[in-house]
Order: sequence, then C-alpha cells, then structure tokens
Amino acid sequence: MSRDLDELYQSVILDHNKTPRNFHELPPPASHADGHNPLCGDRLTVWVDVEGDTVKDVAFLGNGCAISKASASLMTAAVKGKSRADAMALADEFQKLVTGRLEGAAERKALGKLQALAGVSEYPVRVKCASLAWHTLKAALAGAGEPISTE
Amino acid sequence: MADEGGAAGKRVSGEGNELIVSTSTTSPRPRVPAVGLDVSSIRADFPILGTRVDGKPLVYFDNAATAQKPLVVIEAVRRFLAEENANIHRGVHYLSERATLAFDAVRDEVRDFLNAPDSREVIFVRGTTEAINLVAQSYGRTTLRPGDEILLTTMEHHSNIVPWQLVAGQTGAVVRAIPITDAGEVDLEAYRRMLGPKTRIVGVVHISNALGTINPVAEMTRLAHEAGAVVLVDGAQAAPHTPVDVQALGCDFYAFSGHKVFGPTGVGVLWGRASLLEAMPPWQGGGDMIHTVSFAGTTFAPLPAKFEAGTPAIAEVIGLGAALRYVRGVGFDAIGAWERTLLARATEQVSAVPGVRLVGTAREKAGVLSFTLEGVHPHDLGTILDADGVAIRAGHHCAQPVMERFGVHATARASFAFYNTLDEIDVLVRGLHRAREVFA
Repeated sequence: MSRDLDELYQSVILDHNKTPRNFHELPPPASHADGHNPLCGDRLTVWVDVEGDTVKDVAFLGNGCAISKASASLMTAAVKGKSRADAMALADEFQKLVTGRLEGAAERKALGKLQALAGVSEYPVRVKCASLAWHTLKAALAGAGEPISTE
Repeated sequence: MADEGGAAGKRVSGEGNELIVSTSTTSPRPRVPAVGLDVSSIRADFPILGTRVDGKPLVYFDNAATAQKPLVVIEAVRRFLAEENANIHRGVHYLSERATLAFDAVRDEVRDFLNAPDSREVIFVRGTTEAINLVAQSYGRTTLRPGDEILLTTMEHHSNIVPWQLVAGQTGAVVRAIPITDAGEVDLEAYRRMLGPKTRIVGVVHISNALGTINPVAEMTRLAHEAGAVVLVDGAQAAPHTPVDVQALGCDFYAFSGHKVFGPTGVGVLWGRASLLEAMPPWQGGGDMIHTVSFAGTTFAPLPAKFEAGTPAIAEVIGLGAALRYVRGVGFDAIGAWERTLLARATEQVSAVPGVRLVGTAREKAGVLSFTLEGVHPHDLGTILDADGVAIRAGHHCAQPVMERFGVHATARASFAFYNTLDEIDVLVRGLHRAREVFA
C-alpha cells in the first residue's frame, strides 16, 4: 500500500492547524467537556453554547497534533448553527469518513470541508487524532443544558 | 523472514555505505574488528532490517521501545518449540528433562550477564514492569510503614512510579520525586538532602528511556545505603547497551526486559540479593513455587522457584538465553563505541536543523535522542518520517513527569542500536527538513 502524505496533510489541514478557528473559551452558560487521548497525551476542551435546539456557538482549546487540531477547528466551523441532532449526526458521518466507511459520493460531498480529513482513513493509528474533537463535542452536547458537566 | 527471503546479498541501501542483507547467517561469533563494528555483517543477522516501507528501506530508530531480533534468537525459539517443547521441573520424560536443562541453563547465563553472585537470585518474570511490581508488592508491602519514604527520580518510566504509588496507598508510605536538572541529570545535591531516616527504598532508572541519561547508579546506591535504604535499578534500557555488574553497582534489585535486549517479549529478569529475596514472602501463588501443599497449610519452595508461580515463558527464556549470548558475542566494548558514534553524529546533525530543541543533554548519555521541532507536533513528525521508512517514537514515552519537567507535551525520539548506520541518520535528518517544508 502506498500512501500519499499530501493526501493527509492537505493545505486546508495545515491552515487550520496553524490558524485554528474558534480557538478560545466560551463563557458560561456554555457547557464544555474535556477530551483526552491517554496514549498520545493529546488534550482538548470543547465548549458548546446551545440555545433551544440550536448550537449557537462552539469553540475549543487544546494541545495536539495537526490532525487533531485541524479536525477540531474544522468541526467548530461545521457544527455552528446546526441543530443538536444534526450535529450529532454529522459526528457519526465524520467517523465513517475517517474510518473509510463512507460509501456514496453524495454523502462525502455533504461533509463539505470536513472531507479534507478523508486521508486519515489510510492511517489507522491517526484516526483517534481526528476523532478526539468529535467525541468531546458529543460529550459536551450531552451535557449542554444540564446542571453538571461531563467531567 | 524478510521479504528478501532467499535473496542473499541483496543491497538495501545506497549512498556509499552499502549494506548487504542476507538471511543465510551462521551461528553467533565473537567479532573483533580492527576498528569499530562490522555493521553490515551485524545487519545480516537481523532479517527484519531488510523490510521495505512503501518501497523504502526500513530505518529502525525505535529501539528503546523494543529491539529487533537476530536470527539466532528466532531460531532458538523455533528449535525449542519444534524439538524440545515440554513443561519444566515436572515430568521425568525425555523432553521434560531436556526442556528443564535448557531453561535452567539460561538462569546461569543471566547470572553471568549481570555478574550476580548466585543463580538463585535470578527470577524470571514477564518483564521489567512485573519485576518492579514484584518488589513493590512483596518487599514493599511487608516492610513499609506509614510515613516511610520511597524516593524515585523524576525521570522514571511509569513502570517505576505506579507500582510504588500503589504500595504507598496500601501501606501509608510516601512517594517523593528526586528533581532533575535542565540537562536531564539527577540533582545529586537535592537527592542527598532528601535521603534520611525515613527513606526505605530508592528507585532509579539506569538509563532513561526518554532522555538517554546514564545515571550514576553506583554513587546513588552508596548514598542510599548510608541512609539505610534499599535500591532498585530499572535496567530496561541499560541491558542492551552497557555491561551490567550488579556487584559493582552495589544495588539490591535490578530488573530488565528480554525484548529490549534483542530477545522475545514476555520474559524479563528480576535480580535481587539472596538475603532480601529469602526474607520476602511469595508474591503469586501456584504450581512450581511450593514445597508441600495441604489445606492445613503450604510451605514454599526455596529461591528462585518461590517467585515463579505457574508455568513460565519457557520458549521465551530459551530465546533470551540466545539473545544474551548474541549480544555478548558482539561485545559491549564495540557496541558502546559504535552507539556513541551514532549518538554524536545524530546529536550534531539533528540539533543543526532549525527549530530543533533537544530534550535531555546529560554529559553521560546512551543512544537516545529526544527532541521537539518547532511548529511540527511529534505525531505529525512521526507520520512524515514514516513515509520515508523511518520508525521513531512520538509521545510522552511513558514518562509524563519528564515531559512536565521540560514543559513539553510530547517529544520525538530516535533511539539507536548497534545495527543502525550513519546513512540512516542522514535519512532521519532529511526527513526533518521535509517536515519543516510541509509545515512551513
């Protein structure tokens, strides 16, 4: 199997790694969750501000590789303004993308800029880097509106 | 076997220093080259070094994680399983007798390898981690009292931290960290001040897996003994690279793993002073470690069987014996000289790459180069180097207190063995420049 580094480190990923979007905290009442990958030490925190059923704002901070940082950054841009259910569904679609299980071209296209991370599917050990932000988002969404955080 | 199986003499690397990979090797032989080490002949002993990664020759710089195996080890394990396999210390039949003899002979070889006084002091365990857990749970649990102190250096691997934290929780003892300097050396002044009447146990890594530091174990042991403490040395990274003499070190326990010294996984060694081991209670119960068993009570076997409950990793022990013979055949003088050459070249060339920060610059260092590259996370660097066939480790190296001490989340680590070449270091350095370009 030959793998192309350029497929993994596309310019959009390098850009979001260097200049992550929504890279800050959100003040209360936004809820948050911490994601930690104990094997590699990557840590990040995702904040979500949910109003009614809408993810009004989303942000993150953390430390990790380019894949995890770019994935988190792209994620914040992708879920902002979506309904909670749509955001959760997008998380599932994204997981399919990075594990190489997203079949149709239409499904891929629906992921928009997130498609830049498709190359991760060729690197099984890096999948967790790309997924960390999304797992953390789901935890934060599960806690949104609840009196306790998922910590 | 390598992809290049029968293709003896296949060239796997260009650029001046041609390497010949052959799988048709003979038995281990002492090598006394006029100058340095005959690296191409050494490489021919390791079939995996002929591997190609996406068409590129493998450059294996992850030796601190696990070392590759010479054919003599692979063949020793195969031959045992094919021709001698039986359980040991039990049967009276032909195979059991042969297996028992072969197994027990390795204990003598380990004694010799460590220059230990007595083969009964050599306990076979799964690895360094299990050896330390054994000492913590048997020696520590029965001797530690509330307020007693266990001193560990800040550069310990998690395997020489967590077992002590567990036994501290069980006994009320306290774990304290001996500070290290900016160069990654133990702060001996601070260590002296920390030693005292409460100190019961000192745990120190002989060679740091994350920094490469070679610690002054003999001196630290002498100081600990003056304070009345016993000393456990984690020798996982030392056994493959330096001669170990437990009597010269003066320590009380010494642990190492088979797989890091070119042997199989699943086997390691705990050496302990007979006087200590004899006073320690068994750690695990089962077959082989008993004298007589009845429901009224059980008496235990003498050393070393007391600490070897159940069927051991017999084939792996046989493989370990072959590995120790092999590495001693190559010779630690030649190994040390070549690995110092590799480290010096790598240190010079890697630190010349803009943005590189070395983590661990001790005066006494083994072949470990830990570093960060500005703007490139170690995991990304690991992936980029992998595309060139270069295997390094990226992460916290199971030594998170070290990462914290140096204010980094992770480092990239290239760790060398005597089969590595100077050309391979050039490949690494080219990869670092490439990574800088990708992330420019």
